[in-house]
Amino acid sequence: MRWVAPTTANPKGAEPVSTRRLPGTWWLLSAPLLLFLLLPILALLFYSSPAALVENLGKPVVRQAISLSLRTSTWATLAAILLGTPVAYLIARGRFRGKVLLDNLIDLPIVLPPAVSGIALLLVFGRRGWVGTWLDGFGIQITYSAAAVVIAQTFIAVSLYIRAAAIGFAAVESELEDAAAIDGANQRQIFLRMTLPLSRRALMTGVALAWARALGEFGATIIFAGNFPGRTQTMPLAIYLGFELDLGIAVTLSVILVTLSFLILFFVRVLFQRGSEA
Amino acid sequence: MKLKGLAPHIVILVLIFVGCWQGERLNTPATPTVEPVTLNVFAAASLTDAFTEISQAFTTKSPGVDVVFNFAGSNQLSAQIANGAPADVFASANQRQMDAAVASGRIDPDAGKPFLTNRLVVTLPVEASAGIYTLSDLAVPGTLIVLAAEEVPAGQYALEFLEKASQDPGFSPAFRDDVLKNVVSYEENVRAVLNKVVLGEADAGIVYTSDAASVDQATIEQLDIPELLNVTAVYPIAPLNDSPQPDVARAFVEYVLSPAGQAILTRYGFGPKP
Repeated sequence: MRWVAPTTANPKGAEPVSTRRLPGTWWLLSAPLLLFLLLPILALLFYSSPAALVENLGKPVVRQAISLSLRTSTWATLAAILLGTPVAYLIARGRFRGKVLLDNLIDLPIVLPPAVSGIALLLVFGRRGWVGTWLDGFGIQITYSAAAVVIAQTFIAVSLYIRAAAIGFAAVESELEDAAAIDGANQRQIFLRMTLPLSRRALMTGVALAWARALGEFGATIIFAGNFPGRTQTMPLAIYLGFELDLGIAVTLSVILVTLSFLILFFVRVLFQRGSEA
Repeated sequence: MKLKGLAPHIVILVLIFVGCWQGERLNTPATPTVEPVTLNVFAAASLTDAFTEISQAFTTKSPGVDVVFNFAGSNQLSAQIANGAPADVFASANQRQMDAAVASGRIDPDAGKPFLTNRLVVTLPVEASAGIYTLSDLAVPGTLIVLAAEEVPAGQYALEFLEKASQDPGFSPAFRDDVLKNVVSYEENVRAVLNKVVLGEADAGIVYTSDAASVDQATIEQLDIPELLNVTAVYPIAPLNDSPQPDVARAFVEYVLSPAGQAILTRYGFGPKP
């Protein structure tokens, strides 16, 4: 017998959809913050002419940085999904001693200055680090490679995915899982056919946040992976160094980074909002 | 329920902040009895340790003077001076930023005096495994070299050194290119280069002698770059022409240039004034 997942996450009733119009006062009160967030972005977008943007796009340094950033942040996001999903489930469902410590560990990369994370990674994966010494014996060196960039980005971004995913898993009621188990579904079926699909919105939000964060990672990368054009110089690194020498390149890359981050967040929100209403 | 659990934490945090703020207010004396002369010295970040000691020596010699430092990148300092920041003395890490301060009109064109020099040195981790014994060994393939990015003065100086060495009969003409092939990272500042060497993450790095002198000498080895190939950075110092206490400002500059001041700078790895 094929077991089919129920279609709504919350059988007691869908979320109340608010259709009433908010009074204009709220818009008025929100305006200062919205302007505060929007103005710097607009200033960046309008700083250079489209012609200058296109010209800078042709520069090898810019292209290398964009390509490297896209590749590494994609790998980091995949790593976050693969390694973070079990942890998110543990946080959402697990009842065990010391759960508060696990919660803290997961939140630590979010609150730590990225430079601290970079130094810490160096002390583990560096040539003389705990794991690095051992790898060095096999002739494997992580620092100064694109792999180091992926490791730094994963370290920084994975918590965002785990937090979002855990909220999603927690929203799937355990009674539902229990009922499925009574109906004869095994653990794997329950997770893959019911829990995962039901929490897809939260999962995708987590993916988008982690991806955008990985794309913007700077502090841990420059310390742990170093800075070498084409190998470890991601867009944020090129922007930082470009600011000292060539403002044009820095602004071009900033515009691209803002646009990419916006698009990632936008698509995930729009696509999955639609998906859940259907 | 989650929010409820959080509330006590927030209350405690707020109490701590309020406590700190109150404490600070209470600790500040309402009216100081004797007003010492405050001398604002704007100095390049690389001078932090040396100038702190110089100010101690200077204030023992001239009591009643309170030296307040603003240590930052020379380019930031010259920008602050141009924007009217209260400063009495400016010590820059290069002539370019001194010129920028002169252009703002607050420093007289001939007031800047060179007061120290800084040179490049090759640093190696102490448990060197790469077998670097001479400068030529930097070109051996597979050596992990870390340099400052060319955006930073130290990075430009390092490239100048490699260029000079390539034209020197003692080196291969391909020396510069071979060394650059070994570069694994261009760090955003010269201290980051040094840290990579201290941690053993690089086989060699090129830094200022003053940087190399600032770390525990048991953690690094140094390979001298001969005078002929080296690049000398000259630091200029000047009093500001609108200082409210021009005599004290001039006295501080003179102290830095005096044998006593120079001795302190030398101890921190700087070269004497040219």
